[in-house]
Amino acid sequence: MPKLALRGVVKRFGDATVCDGIDLDVDTGQMVCLIGASGAGKSTLLRCINLLEPIDDGAIHLDGTDISEPGLDPQAVRARIGMVFQSFNLFPHMTALENALLAPRRVLGKSREEARPEVAALFDRFGLAHRMDTYPDQLSGGQQQRVAIVRALAMRPEVMLFDEITSALDPQLVGEVLDVLLALKDEGMTMVLATHEMGFARQAADKVCFLKDGKIIEEGPPETLFGAPEHPETRAFLARTLK
Amino acid sequence: MPTPTRRERYEAAQRRRSLIIAGSSTVLVLAAIIVLVPMAPGWDKVKASFFNGDVLAQAMPRLLDAFMINVMIFAWSAPAIAVLGLLIALARDATSPALFPLRIFGAAFTDIFRGVPVILTVYLIGFGIPGLGLPRPWNSPYIWGSLALILTYSAYVAEIFRSGIDSVHHSQRAAARSLGLNERQVMRDVVLPQAVRNVVPSQMNMLIALQKDVSLLSFIGPVEVFRQAGVLKSLTANFTPYVGAALIFLAITIPATRYADYLMARQRKERS
Repeated sequence: MPKLALRGVVKRFGDATVCDGIDLDVDTGQMVCLIGASGAGKSTLLRCINLLEPIDDGAIHLDGTDISEPGLDPQAVRARIGMVFQSFNLFPHMTALENALLAPRRVLGKSREEARPEVAALFDRFGLAHRMDTYPDQLSGGQQQRVAIVRALAMRPEVMLFDEITSALDPQLVGEVLDVLLALKDEGMTMVLATHEMGFARQAADKVCFLKDGKIIEEGPPETLFGAPEHPETRAFLARTLK
Repeated sequence: MPTPTRRERYEAAQRRRSLIIAGSSTVLVLAAIIVLVPMAPGWDKVKASFFNGDVLAQAMPRLLDAFMINVMIFAWSAPAIAVLGLLIALARDATSPALFPLRIFGAAFTDIFRGVPVILTVYLIGFGIPGLGLPRPWNSPYIWGSLALILTYSAYVAEIFRSGIDSVHHSQRAAARSLGLNERQVMRDVVLPQAVRNVVPSQMNMLIALQKDVSLLSFIGPVEVFRQAGVLKSLTANFTPYVGAALIFLAITIPATRYADYLMARQRKERS
């Protein structure tokens, strides 16, 4: 059974159909990269998986349970699925450590002291131990994004969603964030990325999906999708992007 | 010391130039006021009845005593306004259907109390409610006058809080929700702290306005500083006590305004 299974997911905003019947299986420990032009529906799909957007049709299964059932408590699902955003979205009025402690304290009901060792260990692991007591706007973009990842990991999620998390970074800071993703992959984290980093997707992904106009046009292992794409739309996109 | 660069020399010259211009224009304007105002035909009379040093010295202690009443009314009204204003702001943004009556109430509340002049509210509540025949001390104009101020200012303060809540970017909510926080926690832990911080200068301005509007209670009884100045005016047949009252207000409001500016500047520095 796949960890995460999308079946015919449809999401509309008014007249615009942003996700148009998406089927996708993500196995435990897999890294799946969603590629495609801006507006193809990658980000919206991630937001749907995390129930930040209710879907209009289809179903999303986590461990075989339909989490898209209307009326279901979304908080419990979100606590199991971590999400990292393009614009970091750290809480500016809290230190990096407070950012990461908030959800364990509020959602899991831990005390600050109970939650702290595990969270501090995460900071330490990603080379941020010396920045724990710093406010977000005193951190570099790469550090902010790594704190955002730590904040999501502090909930011990089963699946992580990454929404173009390097798109807002200076090129020389992209590497430090992608390294974190590789570390998580080694650990067996199940991950879905929307990304424009073709080199990274080719090197690290287990599966790559090319989206256009809300549909998955083609999916497969990176060697096939980048090396020998079958669909003319995929070839055209890759030709434009990798030029 | 190293020789100044071409640019530093230019900037130093520019600075000298603006200093000279600012200085001379200030001197000119002040001189014009000092020379021209006393040339007005009624100046001597105005000076005697508004700027009489003896009357001022006499009036000041009693004005300051009366001002303590302003301070007292302000001191219990301001916290009540902050709490009620915040509650109304939250009620107006409540999404739960069970709270729908609260939303309606919040909207009606702000419409009514922002729509009626403060002095009218003070009159209607300050005279109207004691008119129900309440026993002492519940007929006190202090209570009902303060309530009128609290209701009026809560309506404004609530709207400022709401604008603060709106000013927090929706991505902050998305991030908080994605961590599993419920709507109440999102509001309390993520949105409100930022919203309140964003509206500190506006709310300081409301406090300063409130400090002044406490004087409106004089119309329903309490002998606060404005009313006391009126009494002293009648005693001395001189308007100087009003000037004294104005000076007392300025002594409070100017530092308060500067302090608000300072707080904001410090906050900006801390977060950059």
